[in-house]
Amino acid sequence: MIFGGTMLSNGLVFARYSLAEWIQGLLGDRLEMIPEWILFPLLMLAGCLVIIGFITVFALFAIWMERKVSAHMQCRLGPMEVGFHGALQTIADGVKLLGKEDIVPRHADKLLHYLAPIIVFAGVFPLFVVVPFSEKILISDINLGLFFVAAVGAVEVVGVIMAGWASNNKWSLFGAMRAATQLVSYEIPLGLAFLTIILLAGSFSMVDIIHQQEGWLSNWFLFHNPFMPIIFLSFFTASLAECKRAPFDLPEAESELVSGFHTEYSGMKFSIFFLAEYAAMYVVCAIAAVMFLGGWSTGIKPLEAWLADSAGNPMREVLSNTVHLVVIVTKSMFLVFVQMWLRWTLPRIRLDQIMHVCLKVLLPWTMVAMVATSAIELCWPGGNMVLTALTIVIWSIPLLWTLKAILDMTVGIFLKFVPSGR
Amino acid sequence: MGEATNVTEVPLPQGGTVAVKPGDFRTEEMLLNIGPQHPSTHGVLRVVVRTDGEIILDSQVHIGYLHRCFEKVVENVTWTQVTPYTDRMDYLASMYNNLGYSLAVEKLGDVEVPERASYIRIIIGELQRIASHLMSVGTYGLDVGAITAFLYCFRDREITLRIFEEVCGQRLNYNYIRPGGVSGDLTDEMLKKIDDFIDYFLPKIDEIDNLLSMNGIFIYRTAGVGILPLDLALDYGCTGPVLRGSGLARDLRKDEPYGLYEQFDFDVITGKGEKGQLGDCWDRYMIRVREMRESCKIIKQALAKIPEGKFIEPKLLKNVKVKKGESYLKVENPRGELGYYIVSDGKKGPYRCSVRAPSFCNIAVLPEISRGCMVADMVVIIGSIDIVMGEVDR
Repeated sequence: MIFGGTMLSNGLVFARYSLAEWIQGLLGDRLEMIPEWILFPLLMLAGCLVIIGFITVFALFAIWMERKVSAHMQCRLGPMEVGFHGALQTIADGVKLLGKEDIVPRHADKLLHYLAPIIVFAGVFPLFVVVPFSEKILISDINLGLFFVAAVGAVEVVGVIMAGWASNNKWSLFGAMRAATQLVSYEIPLGLAFLTIILLAGSFSMVDIIHQQEGWLSNWFLFHNPFMPIIFLSFFTASLAECKRAPFDLPEAESELVSGFHTEYSGMKFSIFFLAEYAAMYVVCAIAAVMFLGGWSTGIKPLEAWLADSAGNPMREVLSNTVHLVVIVTKSMFLVFVQMWLRWTLPRIRLDQIMHVCLKVLLPWTMVAMVATSAIELCWPGGNMVLTALTIVIWSIPLLWTLKAILDMTVGIFLKFVPSGR
Repeated sequence: MGEATNVTEVPLPQGGTVAVKPGDFRTEEMLLNIGPQHPSTHGVLRVVVRTDGEIILDSQVHIGYLHRCFEKVVENVTWTQVTPYTDRMDYLASMYNNLGYSLAVEKLGDVEVPERASYIRIIIGELQRIASHLMSVGTYGLDVGAITAFLYCFRDREITLRIFEEVCGQRLNYNYIRPGGVSGDLTDEMLKKIDDFIDYFLPKIDEIDNLLSMNGIFIYRTAGVGILPLDLALDYGCTGPVLRGSGLARDLRKDEPYGLYEQFDFDVITGKGEKGQLGDCWDRYMIRVREMRESCKIIKQALAKIPEGKFIEPKLLKNVKVKKGESYLKVENPRGELGYYIVSDGKKGPYRCSVRAPSFCNIAVLPEISRGCMVADMVVIIGSIDIVMGEVDR
């Protein structure tokens, strides 16, 4: 039996194909006539299709959400015409993009111009292989999960540089050069944040990292010690830069470089860049949720215990997976919202300043926090309640201050008299 | 194998050759066209920059894409028919263009302006200054990437445009201030609306400050960038917020008052180099934000003491009699000193009408202050000079 066990071992890397196994388990005896070597790849393919369906729907939703969030922040309504509050606007736009002419500049490098969106796509979508949605709903739990993210995520920059170079446009070239500097530099703080988490969890695997954080909310790695929020902020900032989101959207800075590396792209190729950007947004937020916010864990110990106790109770298992799915998607979507919020609030940073932020601010702080965390982990393996309490106390001050600012901006606006236009 | 055999001589575009060893990178300067179709050149400005990577070595401003022969056209029309053409120069401050022209004609033709009309001109003129500065501040936010600030400014500008629409029926090119007065009265209801707008708008300036002016990244981007020293500003004939940003308190409303400006109490805002150096982009930007508060102050005072009476002699709406002669008059446009030089041969229209456009003089300093900055700064500097291409090219 090639796929018989729970693991597919290939030297160092081994993986559990949870979703496929679960479907197989649920369907059980009915599929016995199909040989396993046909059935299992088919089930894996089915699992992939489910996830790809999710990505597509998510990207459509995220684009609509972005437009709505920006609109409401800017005293506008945003799309309102197609569907309920413009919910189908993105689909209408997508159909329009499909029908558009695919323009390739005359002196462009046609092959590279064609390949670039594919490589960008290939740098983002495979990341969903390790992004977990619940215990069972994930394509594959690779034992080198975070390593896989760092490695595959780095492919994207090749596509971006290709797009900028092949377009034979000076603005695109500027965009590509900026992307090269920015994306490569920000992998360092990102990598340090990965290292810290690996250090705490003792594993690269996404599922293992989440299992480490189960139980009460205080088990989340974010509250492990007072240095972890620094790592979290650094990771989040670096992930914004990795997604090329404002205030780090230099490669496509529309007021400076027209549209940056994708200036010369139209129609479906352009929409693939767009789709990849939104998919990347979800991926980094989901990974942040896994690494720092307990993944699918609700943070309530009795509830977790009750959900986990599903031996011989398939309904409880389905319920548990549904709850976990909702929890992790909610956490990720909240972070996606924060990304959008920042984009519509902050101006853009300049290229030399972006490097300053990375190399002189994020890097030393992350490094210090990482060393401190490893020292703490050495002294009190598995965490310490006092340190957790200290973390929450120290960091609740900026958190409460932010909350107050948010309340002032949201509730405060309704309380103030805002005259309608005259 | 000797090292010398591997060296190749590569010709350079500017003449001569450079020796390149294997493994060497050969870099060269790049010519880059910013505009005329670029999102941040505020119209159809074209700047050809010579760059070394992202560093700008040199730049050259090309203008003329919006030239409409204003000066030749107005030689063939009557005195009152000129005002619509002045509208289309600085289309973001049309009222002020009307005002400058009307004052110049009135000076040459000895036309009496009713006092109420003078007050209306000040109220509308300052409202126009607010609208123009809101546009400038908002698009500046857009240039640095803060899109929300832009829309906040447009939301408030919309209210001023609606007031203008009610006053004269137009939103952009008003033809409202005419030689001899204004084309329509401000009713009490409209005065109330303007008063309400000022009350509503003053806290909104703080909102702009919170969101944009005092934003860390914004200061990071604009402070210490595009520094314009005072002597350079004077050499190039810069005026308005660009000159005041360099620290000189030069404002025609105070220095050489026209209309009734001598009766009003307001401050002239100058740059102080608070965040970076004196005369940087942040100073020039902040002057516009602070001037909006001063404009509110002037409007409040004018609303309090506006007299009853006529707003124009009706026959003046048809045409003005202007004796032979010439006059030059300058006003403080939102962008600087707007001067009208008018020559009359005693006929129905101007013999010659020449305009000193503030944007035209201000943009000339761009190559000087953008040398050595980055491409991203170029956009920030162009935005801080606040040009209107309609006025540069006329």
